Amino acid sequence: MTSPTPTSIVARYDVIVIGAGHNGLVCATTLARAGRSVLVVEAAAEVGGMAITRAFAPGYRVSACAHLLHQMPLALVRDLSLAEHGLEFAATGLPTTSLGADGATLQLATGGTPSAAFSPNDAAAWPAYHARLGRFASLLHGMLAAPAPRLGTEGWSDKLALAKVGLKLRLLGRRDMREFLRIVGMNAYDLLEDEFKAPLLKGALAFDAVLGTNFGPRAPGTVLSLLYRLAAESAAGSSPLAQPRGGLGALTAALARSAKAAGVTIRTNAPVAQITVAGDRATGVVLANGTEIAADRVVSSVNAKTTFLNLLGTEHLDTGFVRRVDHIRSRGIVAKLHLALDRAPAFTGVARDALGGRLLVSPSLDYLERAFNPTKYSQFSAAPALEITVPTINDPALAPAGHHVLSAIVQYAPYAITGGWTEPSRRAFTDAILATLEAQAPGIGASVVGCELLTPLDLEQEFHSAGGHWHHGDLALDQFYMVRPVPGATQYATPMAGLYLCGASCHPGGGVMGLAGRNAAVRMLEKGA
Amino acid sequence: MAANNTPVPHYLKPLLDTPFHARARVLSQNDSFVPWAGYSTVDVFTTAEQEYFAIRNAATLFDLTPMVKYRINGSDAERYLNRLVTRDVRKLKVGRVSYVVWCNDSGHLIDDGTIFRLGPQDFRLCTAERQLDWLLDSAIGFDVRVEEVTEDIAALAVQGPTSCYILKKFGLAGVERLKPFELAEFDAAGRPVMVSRTGFTGDLGYELWMRPEHALSIWDDLMAAGRTRGLRAIGSQALNMARIEAGFLMPNVDFVSAEHTIRMNRDRTPLELGLGWLVDFDKPHFNGRRALLTQKASGLRRLLVGLDVDGNKAAHNALLYADEAGNHEVGSVTSAMWSPTCKRNLALAILDAPHHAIGSKVWADIYLNRELVWERRMVAAHVVERPFFAPDRRRQTPPADR
Repeated sequence: MTSPTPTSIVARYDVIVIGAGHNGLVCATTLARAGRSVLVVEAAAEVGGMAITRAFAPGYRVSACAHLLHQMPLALVRDLSLAEHGLEFAATGLPTTSLGADGATLQLATGGTPSAAFSPNDAAAWPAYHARLGRFASLLHGMLAAPAPRLGTEGWSDKLALAKVGLKLRLLGRRDMREFLRIVGMNAYDLLEDEFKAPLLKGALAFDAVLGTNFGPRAPGTVLSLLYRLAAESAAGSSPLAQPRGGLGALTAALARSAKAAGVTIRTNAPVAQITVAGDRATGVVLANGTEIAADRVVSSVNAKTTFLNLLGTEHLDTGFVRRVDHIRSRGIVAKLHLALDRAPAFTGVARDALGGRLLVSPSLDYLERAFNPTKYSQFSAAPALEITVPTINDPALAPAGHHVLSAIVQYAPYAITGGWTEPSRRAFTDAILATLEAQAPGIGASVVGCELLTPLDLEQEFHSAGGHWHHGDLALDQFYMVRPVPGATQYATPMAGLYLCGASCHPGGGVMGLAGRNAAVRMLEKGA
Repeated sequence: MAANNTPVPHYLKPLLDTPFHARARVLSQNDSFVPWAGYSTVDVFTTAEQEYFAIRNAATLFDLTPMVKYRINGSDAERYLNRLVTRDVRKLKVGRVSYVVWCNDSGHLIDDGTIFRLGPQDFRLCTAERQLDWLLDSAIGFDVRVEEVTEDIAALAVQGPTSCYILKKFGLAGVERLKPFELAEFDAAGRPVMVSRTGFTGDLGYELWMRPEHALSIWDDLMAAGRTRGLRAIGSQALNMARIEAGFLMPNVDFVSAEHTIRMNRDRTPLELGLGWLVDFDKPHFNGRRALLTQKASGLRRLLVGLDVDGNKAAHNALLYADEAGNHEVGSVTSAMWSPTCKRNLALAILDAPHHAIGSKVWADIYLNRELVWERRMVAAHVVERPFFAPDRRRQTPPADR
């Protein structure tokens, strides 16, 4: 990786990719393999974007945002030869354990099957539910790896793509189609209440429906977000819930090596100040240090808001389009807590093998809804829901010998809280999370030797994602598929000729999936890039 | 009478009175008030014809306070307006006024209006419709302040051949040096007045912009100054006649704002409205530019044109046909009048290609109500150049003393 050149240089590339996150790197590699000269410019000192591993306390390393890999298609991993480029897994097929208030636990193996011993009723209901949602998810999963059709065009490809969706829906059969249409706009709370009895099971299943969204389980559309997660996992085609050795940063490091092998040039410490425009066409970028780099095309993996409103500038865009971009709901709701521990945590009722998996604190639907309630009034959850991993169980090298790292995704933490994210409010939120942890793992507080809280505001500052949103915008019916990120910028092209998007703002959205980057590159090549 | 002086609660009288209302109320012989942009305004004081002839032969006062006014300033004000409207605002000098239109993303017209450049980064935008949401959304990414100032400014149009004389007599020394579309500040006996040589009549004329508290005294002084020059108050009917002769478009008559259309193909681009001369493709990006370029390249399917209709019966709302038999419909009339000054039967009309070329002949289907008996006439109409009426005095500087 080169350091920035202080003066203007005359360099010209076929394509400049802004941002070396997983989508930017996948896009760059795909373009370079098709023979294009590609430069990736990255603001941070390391590649990886939000999929990085970094130190948070001396000697302790952690995946700073996402901490599990469960949505990247196996075909993409193979195609990009990531194993050859150093990607190894410390563990795959991780189990999920739902932690109860009273020390009760419920383990969901890969595929989510609850043990019959826990609730005979739910164990009996499970297979039909799981099979049905699987069929619905497979309806969606074919949509992920292709550009979404545009609405209101005369284009045959758009009409054909829409017809295909309709046909797949019809092919579900009358009963399934009816059921799909009944539940797709519904809330996860009602769906799970209809199906199951055990609060621990319902709480855990609902957690996946609201993870990364500004929704509680009672919000309409949460069944869709649940199906979407299932679709991405089934599209991934491998055993989901995997832990790369060395954290998520190992994935993007492998992606970067794959990119370089394909001929991509990567420049880090190279924040883009401006996308340059001449003759109503994007012509390259200007870096923060003043370096101008020219290219035939610019593709941004940065979120749509930042790309259009800051990097390009609204003067190059129409008001109606800017209005839609400005209205993208992208206020983050997820915080991250990293703990350095001087010994392995002991969660009540959780065996050592389960400790290496995913632990959920979402013991009931009502617990989750109550955790959501304060966000409506710009407060954080007093009793938050958590997705916990202890990555050092499978990958001890992330901490000093015998020591451990705990990584928790915390919901809900609004981007803007009353009074702001000050030191006292950060302290209070950290205490609330620690109290929640202490109830599940008595004594864990005494083992903490280092602590880092990342609020959405911190995530925005560290990862340049407007609003600190993990998915560059809520994945909800109004920001989904044909209207993601906004009409006029679907299919990865934008109103500005020569400027494309390839990040999580685009279909099929966030999560460490890589398909937005792949779809964008394929689309650009089809369109003659 | 005492009852009339009791203030009426606003919810019982949703229309506002303009600062000139007290005078209009007295002069209005017909008591014919109509709503305009939330204000109660005079439709016709005496007869529309009498008022119309005053525009063309003497001078007139028209209360245009309800014209929606925005103050736009800030370090990006010029850049902001240049992205908003289709003309190049960089070319507009301080102290000048420009007639502009603005479009949505698809290049369809939202509204027309005037920009007054009061300073390097200080502008006033006058519009027919309220636009604040569009103006504020357009401000995303610009350092600019947009503020509605409609109620803060009273406005009077002084239009007609004797208007300059009257303004001089009123006390605006040097007003005769104002060129068309120029503006200047004056002091009228302690009352600041901004005067612009603008108007909606296509004649010699000025518009006066003042503080509301000075409105009545300025009205009175103007009336006194204009007594020997035939000055009279006019309503919107007479103004509408003059604007058709001048070839000016009226929102919601000749086009519907793209923000209000519901049906497909009811919105219009400036190119389709014959306002292509207002669209500057050589300046930096503006709203609708890409869509308008596409339309320009693919050709216009319809165009707003001026028509000279045979006979003397105004072709109000007439459908237009390519053939006298009326089998092939090609458009419709949006505005029509018998012009007393031109002695021509005028119309503005939307016509499909290729019938909109100058010199084309189409047929107007005119219905006449003759004491409740309807008669139908198929009359030839000819596409002609606009404006229909453009006297030299509208541009002459200084204007002749009349």
